[in-house]
Order: sequence, then structure tokens, then C-alpha cells
Amino acid sequence: MKNYNVIEVENLTKKFGDFTAVNSISFEVKKGEIFGFLGANGAGKTTAMKMLIGIAKPTSGKAQVAGFDVFTHPEDIKKNIGYMSQKFALYDDLTVKENITFFGGIYGLSRAKIKEKRCELVEELGLGDIVNELVGSLPLGWKQKISFSIALLHSPTIVFLDEPTGGVDPITRRQFWEMIYKSANNGTTIFVTTHYMDEAEYCDRVSIMVDGKIEALDTPKNLKEKYNADNMNDVFLKLARNSS
Amino acid sequence: MSISLQHISKSFKTVNAVNDVSFEVKEGELFGLIGPDGAGKTTIFRILTTLLFADKGTVTVAGFDVVDDYKEIRNHVGYMPGKFSLYQDLTVEENLDFFATIFGTTIEENYELIKDIYVQIEPFKNRRAGALSGGMKQKLALSCALIHKPKVLFLDEPTTGVDPVSRKEFWEMLKRLQQKGITILVSTPYMDEAELCDRIALIQHGKILQIDTPQEIIKHYPKKIFDVKADNMYRLLESLKSYEHHYSVYPFGEFVHYTDKREDFNPQELQQYLEAKNHQNIKIEITKTTIEDTFMELAK
Repeated sequence: MKNYNVIEVENLTKKFGDFTAVNSISFEVKKGEIFGFLGANGAGKTTAMKMLIGIAKPTSGKAQVAGFDVFTHPEDIKKNIGYMSQKFALYDDLTVKENITFFGGIYGLSRAKIKEKRCELVEELGLGDIVNELVGSLPLGWKQKISFSIALLHSPTIVFLDEPTGGVDPITRRQFWEMIYKSANNGTTIFVTTHYMDEAEYCDRVSIMVDGKIEALDTPKNLKEKYNADNMNDVFLKLARNSS
Repeated sequence: MSISLQHISKSFKTVNAVNDVSFEVKEGELFGLIGPDGAGKTTIFRILTTLLFADKGTVTVAGFDVVDDYKEIRNHVGYMPGKFSLYQDLTVEENLDFFATIFGTTIEENYELIKDIYVQIEPFKNRRAGALSGGMKQKLALSCALIHKPKVLFLDEPTTGVDPVSRKEFWEMLKRLQQKGITILVSTPYMDEAELCDRIALIQHGKILQIDTPQEIIKHYPKKIFDVKADNMYRLLESLKSYEHHYSVYPFGEFVHYTDKREDFNPQELQQYLEAKNHQNIKIEITKTTIEDTFMELAK
């Protein structure tokens, strides 16, 4: 299944004035891959991600996401990807059900389809008891799991996850990753950022950004060998500590 | 005792944020409050820093009662809240000067204490705080919390959302502050940071699960943990969970942490089971327990 690229990036660059936030990065992500996008705070991850999801225009370079060009077809990209972050997730003053209906509508699903998807979700996540509760009253872990499912409502080719597990308890964090594995197994491509280095090990391949550039990109196993490190935390420390 | 909480409870409407919590922090100790979002950590910090009344229980900080002597406490503690709460429109230096003045001191008087941290942001002292990067904001906030030479320092999730490099540097700074005699209470959702504290309290849903040194907490874990590995992680998890003797199955970095219900568990049997399920490159090895394993066992 993993035979073609759903993200292709070549020399992608973003400048703000004389500051180069993203400096000529190039990489590909295959269908069904779990791709970890790591880097220190301020390394340029968020800016790079914004370009890939079609909400920031690159200064130069090339990028295709889900088959569409980021320069010419950002709207088509938005329709074909899912996105979740900790900052923008769900509406706290809508119920779980209302959130599902709302986002289903935004993505242009029919009423029948929304209902079908909602029933699937309730079943899969065991939401029976809380489907009519306000999202604001739920624990963070629940919110993140629901938020992830909603990002998948319209069956996107790729889902972008921006620090999805920050502050989440260790058990829920693992349940969340099991959901990620499951969707990747079903062919959805996962593009994820995290500060938990144990989670970096769960990825098929990992890139590490330092000062706007991709300094390393490989499987966790190869990275550990190359940098002679016991775990991804050591790899990260070795690479990122050399930065300014 | 530098900090003492006895039977503290606090509710907000229907939510029991803190439920009969007691613990003590010794003078000069680096004590960690370890738990996820929503565990009640911030509520405890707000009670300790006299910003919130507990419904029940008594609390003293640096020898003062949080209700009767709240003004004394405010002079003797430093507090770095989880959310950045400095003045975004003031420059780095203005913020620091402001906090020094409020506490009746000057930057020069206590410069020695903050020097280590402040030199890293001093080149940007004329930049507005709002325009600093996350790591620099954190260093400024810590400098401001220290400028009046507090006896006790409260740090509420100082490293949340911070990358591993900056997290490591931050903990090195804390260790140096501890050597200067400051008692530190720090909260974090990162379990690996727990092992850097002298003692920790594991907390979830407003209740303390356990209090001890990290080493003792790990020692009390009731089972042997095995690292299990095979080519397809997702399938491996599924197989392990459907193994009838499994007790717990958690992804842990490149491995799965597996525990078995049986006392006399033989890894060879599991190996055969996984082989029968067509797993490739299977590896099973006994491994070290971490705080995170303990937390998950207690929180189950």
C-alpha cells in the first residue's frame, strides 16, 4: 500500500522580512506512513506545517500535498486533509454530538453520512454516555480522542496532528497512539509533531528540524545507529544542542 | 517543614478538584507533583500561593498559615504560573525591574541569584516580553519569580510544551537553585522529569496516588516488566492484548511494555504464541520499571 507519495516537498522556504523561518526543506511522505516532524521550539515546525496545510504561502520552493500544489490549490488541500492541534480542537460550549454534526457539515458531508459517521464514532470510542455532554466538561484526554476522530470524519488522505498529546495522562496518551496506528493501518497518512521522544519511536520515519532546516530524516532505528544513541531523546539532544 | 498540607479539599461547583490531599515538603527539597492535565495540580499551587481558599484542611508555607499570614507568605515565595503572566508590553528589563520594585528590592541586590538564568536573556533586555520565544519567556518568568530571593519557589508546569533540549537545561537550572537553599515545588506532566526530583507525589483526579522518592516508588511496582518488539507494532499490540495471560500492554518507545498475570511467567511461551501469530523478528527481554509504568498501574 505504501507505494506512492502523498506529500512531496522540495526546497520549501518561508521568510519573514530578513528572518528565514523555514530554510529550503525537502522531504517526501508515503501513503499510510506515520511521519514524525520534530524540532526544538522555534525551529520552524509550525511555519512549515502551516504551509503544508494551505494556510501560509511559501516564499519559494515546491510542495504538493494530497496531490495538490500548495501555491495554486490551497483550498483543495484543506478539503483533503484533517487537522488537529491542542490549541484549536473542538467547541467547548457545544455537545459532543453537536461538534460532530458541525464539523461534518463544514466538510460537506450529507446528513445521512454525518449520522452514519457519528454512530460509528460513538460505538468505537464508547461515547454512549457522553454524547450529549458539553465538550468543555470533558477531561483533556477525551477531548483529544474525539478531536482526532473528528479530524478523520471526511476520510482525509492525510491527517496533521500538532502536539496532540501534550499534558495528556500516560494511559490516554497510549490509547491515542493506538488510534493513530489503527488509522495508519487503514491507509491514512499521519503527520505528527510531539515533544515526547518516546512517541518519536512510534513513527515510521522521523525528521528533526534545527534552525529552519531538516538536519536528520530517517527511521528511528537508523537515526539511533547513526548518532550512536540509546533512544530518540539522545538523538534529539545531540542534534538540537548544537543549534544556536 | 517548608510546606505542609493537611487534608486539603477544594470543589468548584460539581467538580472535586482536590480531594483530601496531604503532603509535606522539607526545607531545601526539590519536590515534584506529577500528574496529567486536570489532576488538580494548579488548584494546589493556587492554594499554596494564597490565591485561593481551600474548602477544608490547613496549609502552612515557610512556617506561615496561608489564611492568617497570607501577606507574609507572598513576601517569601516565588510563583511561576503555568500560563505566561508577565507584562507583554514591558521590555525584559522593565518586567524584572517591576517585580524587584514591588518586592522592595533591586535587580542589583539579588543579581547573583538570577545571574545564571538572566545572562541568557540579557542580550534581549530591551525587547518586549511579548516578542520573546517560548524558551526565553520561561527564563524571564523564572528570573522574575526569583528576584526577591524567595525561600520557596513554586513552578506550575514550567516545561509543558517545551522541547527536550530546553527541558533538560531548565532542570539543570533548578538543581543549581536548589543548591542555593531554595525549596522547590514543581509540577509536570512529563513522567521522565519525576526521576530528577528528591521526592514526588503522583496525583490524578484530585487524589494523591503515592508519595515517596522516585527510587522507592519504582521499587514498589508489583510486577516484572518485559520489553516486547516485533516488526509490525500495531499487530503486535493486538496480539498481545488478545493473549489470555496478559496483565498490561502499553506501547513504550520502540518496545511494548508487557506484564503477565502469572507469577511463573515464561517468556518462551509468549515467544511461541507470537510466532504462531506470524510475527517477525520477535524480541522479548526483561526491562527496568519507570515512573510512568508505576503511574499507569496506580491510575488504572
